[in-house]
Amino acid sequence: MGRVLGIAIWLITLGSVGMFVSKHWWFPESISEHGGAVDRQFTITILVVGISFAAAQIGLGWVVWKYRDTSAATRATYSHGNNRLEVIWTVVTAIVFISLAVMGQRVWASLHLHAAPPGSYTVEVVAQQFSWNFHYHGKDNVFGRTDPKLIDDSALNYVGIDDTDPNAKDDSVVSTLVVPVNRPVELILKSKDVTHSFFVPQLRFKQDLVPGMAIPVHFTVTKTGKYELACAELCGMNHYKMKSYMLVLPENEFNELINLSQDKFQARKDELLNKYQLPQY
Amino acid sequence: MTEAIHEEVHRHPAPTGFIRKYIFSIDHKVIGIQYILLALTAVVVGLVMSILMRVNLSWPGTHIKIMETLFPTGAPGGVMSPEFYLSLVTMHGTIMVFFVLTTAPQGGFGNYFLPIQIGADDMAFPVLNMLSFWVTFVGFIVLLTAIFAEGNLTVGSWFSKLGESFAAGSGTVGPIGGWTGYAPLSALGKIAGPGQGAGVNLWIISIAIFCIGSLLGALNFITTLLNMRTRGMTLMRMPLTCWAWFTTAILALLSFPVLLGGGILLLLDRVAGTSFFIPGGLYVSGALVPLHNGGSPLLWQHLFWFFGHPEVYIAILPGMGATSHILSTFARKPIFGYRAMVFAIFAIGMLGFFVWGHHMFISGMSPYSAVAFSILTLSIGVPSAIKTFNWLGTLWGAKIRFTTPMLFAIGFVSLFVAGGITGLVLGQTSLDFFFHDTYFVTAHFHLVMGVASIFGMFAATYFWFPKMFGRMMSESLGKFHFWVTFIGVYAIFVPFHAMGMVGMPRRYAQFGEYEFLRNTHGLVLFVTVAAIITAVVQLVFYFNFFWSMFKGKPAGDNPWEATTLEWNIPSPPPHDNFAGIVPEVYRGPYEFAVPGAPRDYVMQTEPEVGGVAASLGDTGANGGNGHKH
Amino acid sequence: MATEAQVIPSDWGGGRLPYRVGHRKLGMWLFIMSDSLTFSALLIAYAYARASNVWPTPFKFYPSIIFSSVMTLVLLSSSLTMVMAVSASARAQKSTARKWILATALLGVTFIVLHMIEWRHLITEGLTPFKLPAEWAEKWPGASPLFGATFFGITGMHMFHVATGCIYLLIVSGRVNKLKHEDVEISGLYWHFVDLVWMFVFPMIYLLSIDMTK
Ligand code: HEA
Ligand code: HEA
Ligand code: CUA
Ligand SMILES: [Cu+2]
Repeated sequence: MGRVLGIAIWLITLGSVGMFVSKHWWFPESISEHGGAVDRQFTITILVVGISFAAAQIGLGWVVWKYRDTSAATRATYSHGNNRLEVIWTVVTAIVFISLAVMGQRVWASLHLHAAPPGSYTVEVVAQQFSWNFHYHGKDNVFGRTDPKLIDDSALNYVGIDDTDPNAKDDSVVSTLVVPVNRPVELILKSKDVTHSFFVPQLRFKQDLVPGMAIPVHFTVTKTGKYELACAELCGMNHYKMKSYMLVLPENEFNELINLSQDKFQARKDELLNKYQLPQY
Repeated sequence: MTEAIHEEVHRHPAPTGFIRKYIFSIDHKVIGIQYILLALTAVVVGLVMSILMRVNLSWPGTHIKIMETLFPTGAPGGVMSPEFYLSLVTMHGTIMVFFVLTTAPQGGFGNYFLPIQIGADDMAFPVLNMLSFWVTFVGFIVLLTAIFAEGNLTVGSWFSKLGESFAAGSGTVGPIGGWTGYAPLSALGKIAGPGQGAGVNLWIISIAIFCIGSLLGALNFITTLLNMRTRGMTLMRMPLTCWAWFTTAILALLSFPVLLGGGILLLLDRVAGTSFFIPGGLYVSGALVPLHNGGSPLLWQHLFWFFGHPEVYIAILPGMGATSHILSTFARKPIFGYRAMVFAIFAIGMLGFFVWGHHMFISGMSPYSAVAFSILTLSIGVPSAIKTFNWLGTLWGAKIRFTTPMLFAIGFVSLFVAGGITGLVLGQTSLDFFFHDTYFVTAHFHLVMGVASIFGMFAATYFWFPKMFGRMMSESLGKFHFWVTFIGVYAIFVPFHAMGMVGMPRRYAQFGEYEFLRNTHGLVLFVTVAAIITAVVQLVFYFNFFWSMFKGKPAGDNPWEATTLEWNIPSPPPHDNFAGIVPEVYRGPYEFAVPGAPRDYVMQTEPEVGGVAASLGDTGANGGNGHKH
Repeated sequence: MATEAQVIPSDWGGGRLPYRVGHRKLGMWLFIMSDSLTFSALLIAYAYARASNVWPTPFKFYPSIIFSSVMTLVLLSSSLTMVMAVSASARAQKSTARKWILATALLGVTFIVLHMIEWRHLITEGLTPFKLPAEWAEKWPGASPLFGATFFGITGMHMFHVATGCIYLLIVSGRVNKLKHEDVEISGLYWHFVDLVWMFVFPMIYLLSIDMTK
């Protein structure tokens, strides 16, 4: 029994580790400036924990193999432990885990503990059951006044724009997130009803949109293309298809687009959506 | 016991008559078994639900007859609707966490064996003990009604009599909120969509009832352990199981009241129109939400997770206790670093109160506090690693007897490492904001909670069954059950990591909508098949359990040649455990392979034998050179 | 905790109570610990709501503050009478103890009555768990309706504890001859706890909401 169990544990370990090493199922290709750093941090972490995992499992397999009850004659070694060992492995794991923890803050800090860099382009994201609205400020670089009381889905005023406000004249609200490549983007995340979550796997980024809060986040995308945008916080029956796209455009295409008026914006955006292809999976 | 205790607890004579003896019994042993049976029932419900979920995920649109009959509205034509899937997820999580992993490990085995292992003849408050069980039981019934309240018109109609907010909502099923019931989705009521009506109210009520039951239980455990230890049973001579149950009770005592408070507020939001968790200016399903204003969704998350994280340790600590106990017993070797183990259990328990924020990194909470929570979170890995090392140390140089309980205990160690280790990934803010709410999380907690803790329970069941029922469980069936389950659960939950890597979000009724999930299709199928096989094999366990109860071969007092007090007394134990004789304890709990002792184990109650000094194992328990923590 | 190992000599006799505190007393202490956490949850919710909203401070010096001060006084003196009761029962003067306990319960009832009157007063003004009276609403524009929610929620929860306490005390006073001194002590513990909670509620809910505007 001991041998079999030992081998079983080793095989399971082999399989589990193999699944990661094969990289057959892995992060989708990163398209954000910070993505590389996230992937690196993950690689380091998975190495450390993977090794601990393997070490622990192989160790376990080995002791159950080695110390299975063979002869009735002998007895197990009589020991209550060893404090030197105790201290050593406590200190070692403490150092390893804490340094992991500290390293694990870097990307986070760069994104969340700093304001969006100057010159970044701001978009307001307003989530609702079960769709996304993206509010563009247009030429004037100021968002028109919005007010929940003015929201009226039936009249297509999804974010409650106040048309009497001059700044609102050139604003557009569309159902796809369009951002420029290689230029910092700032998103102001809001929700109309319940908590949703903004998730683009390639972006290595996720942030809840909480009703009653306006959460600013920022990142820079480094690769043009069309990417799926998913909702990652349970928000009701159609959570699983609360889907949109993030369209990353070269500077010129982007500037041309955002200066169009609402309906032209809409139409042009749809053309571009068809022009760009999803990455190969 | 001495008079002092006698006045303390008014001894109750052995009850006669079925009701007092088996139903409303105040005997901790009967109550313990009742808890275990409750868990065994609950887990079947949870298990069936998980299989239905899997079927829906891998073969959407499958027609299942019983769903049609039970939930005509939830599964029209027997085909699962997305909302129904979500209510299954919610129920599955809630049942498994609360009514399986907070009942059997603590209320079940703890109730039965803590008093015996410390040499007491019952709990400190026998009547309170009975109450906690029945309160918990009511909680379970209420929870079950939650899914019918909206999923089944007949049941629904009863509840609509309870008033507006209990009338089945626009929804066809209930409750939809996940076991974490995030507000405002869970606070808005019917307008928030299907499954937000009566079902959620009942879900909250059930949780609140459960909290009360657990509070009474915890209070009882702590008092019993502190006050009713027998002569010579010092804290440092207690079996590690007792330390685990003790710490668990403290966690329960301090975390459940907070959930209770939160639950009350959430219920008020739903039925009394308050807005603790509902901010102003919401626009839900085509209309502005009039009255509500000023609440905070994050407040709920804080209250919930302040309870929620300790809760997950409540789920695993008893498993750790049982594992340590069983490893040492079948390794025929003293536990490695007893003091370190005690210290680690406590460290895990106490640290557990300061890491709840790791569930909220991306919730909109201050990114600075996220950093603090993250660092604290990873430091919890340290005591956990200590325990792992000590388990390995215990097996080192052992003489392992591969009984079924031992196999499951070893399985626990393996699974705990496998699941715990990914906690270190999720614990890092920079990685969690990719992995949060992906299947990577699902993988993490299923391995560590879904099965490690469950393995602890399996081990405990196989180990203590002889004591509880006086008969052995079938070893061959047990071993078969172990092998399939051990391999099965790895097969189910390891692939979840891969899905998480790809970015597959949790709580999705279907994955077809997204291109980036395409290449996980094979995995999804694989997992489902593995799950079905594993689930079916559980029948073997159930058969073994009930068959052995009557047909198993008689066990005798100490079939495992173990050392702690429960093995001194007949199986099953007499009504007051020790038949009036006060046991006296001379040494630590894990005195195996003592040189010079006649047998390879020395029981706690044996005075000086074969040149083995009494009170040996105390000094030893301090570790090699008597260093104190 | 681990230090408790040192508290007890390793050969302690067992049976005797290691920490010289009976089951029921220890149990009550533990209950108090957890119950106070339930209250903290509510009070934290209150602080959270208050910090993140326009908060009305509507309590006129008269009647509200006077009223609540009287209530506080009543509750405080009830603690006093409870102390008397316990010391009496300590001296095994059962009947005196009973009188004091009844006095305590009576004060408790008085507290509840006063509280009810105050509630009615506020409700007639138009305060409910989900909305503010009209004139408050315009005096504090955009003020959060959570004022009513927290007010009724927290004071209600406390009143519920006082009510159960009164029943508890009545039972104790009834059976005082059969009960051990410790049991009287325990009922005292509970009562002082309820009193203590009010000592948080009073300043947080009332004093912080005094209407300074003329
Ligand atoms: C029994 C239950 C249990 C246990 C014990 C744990 C243990 C841990 N959990 Fe887990 N967790 C859950 C149950 C549990 N968790 C649940 C249910 C959820 C999801 C809730 C939900 O959203 O629905 C969750 C979610 C969860 C999250 C949130 C993920 C997200 O939603 O974004 C995080 C993040 O930090 C986390 C971290 C941890 C950590 C660091 C531990 C640590 O305690 C782990 C410590 C263990 C180890 C570190 C392994 C020790 C062994 C070694 C280190 C071997 C070393 C050996 C050699 C080197 C030879 N958990
Ligand atoms: C104890 C906890 C536990 C257990 C055992 C399980 C068991 C299983 N779980 Fe579950 N699960 C959760 C806790 C648990 N789960 C939680 C908390 C969630 C999150 C809910 C939410 O998102 O809100 C979840 C969510 C969840 C999901 C994600 C749903 C989604 O996000 O869309 C899935 C998907 O496949 C799943 C599958 C399974 C499967 C296939 C099993 C099993 O079939 C695996 C096989 C099980 C066993 C082998 C155990 C058998 C046990 C016994 C027979 C007990 C014996 C009892 C005694 C000895 C007393 N679970
Ligand atoms: Cu929006 Cu999930
Ligand atoms: Cu946690």
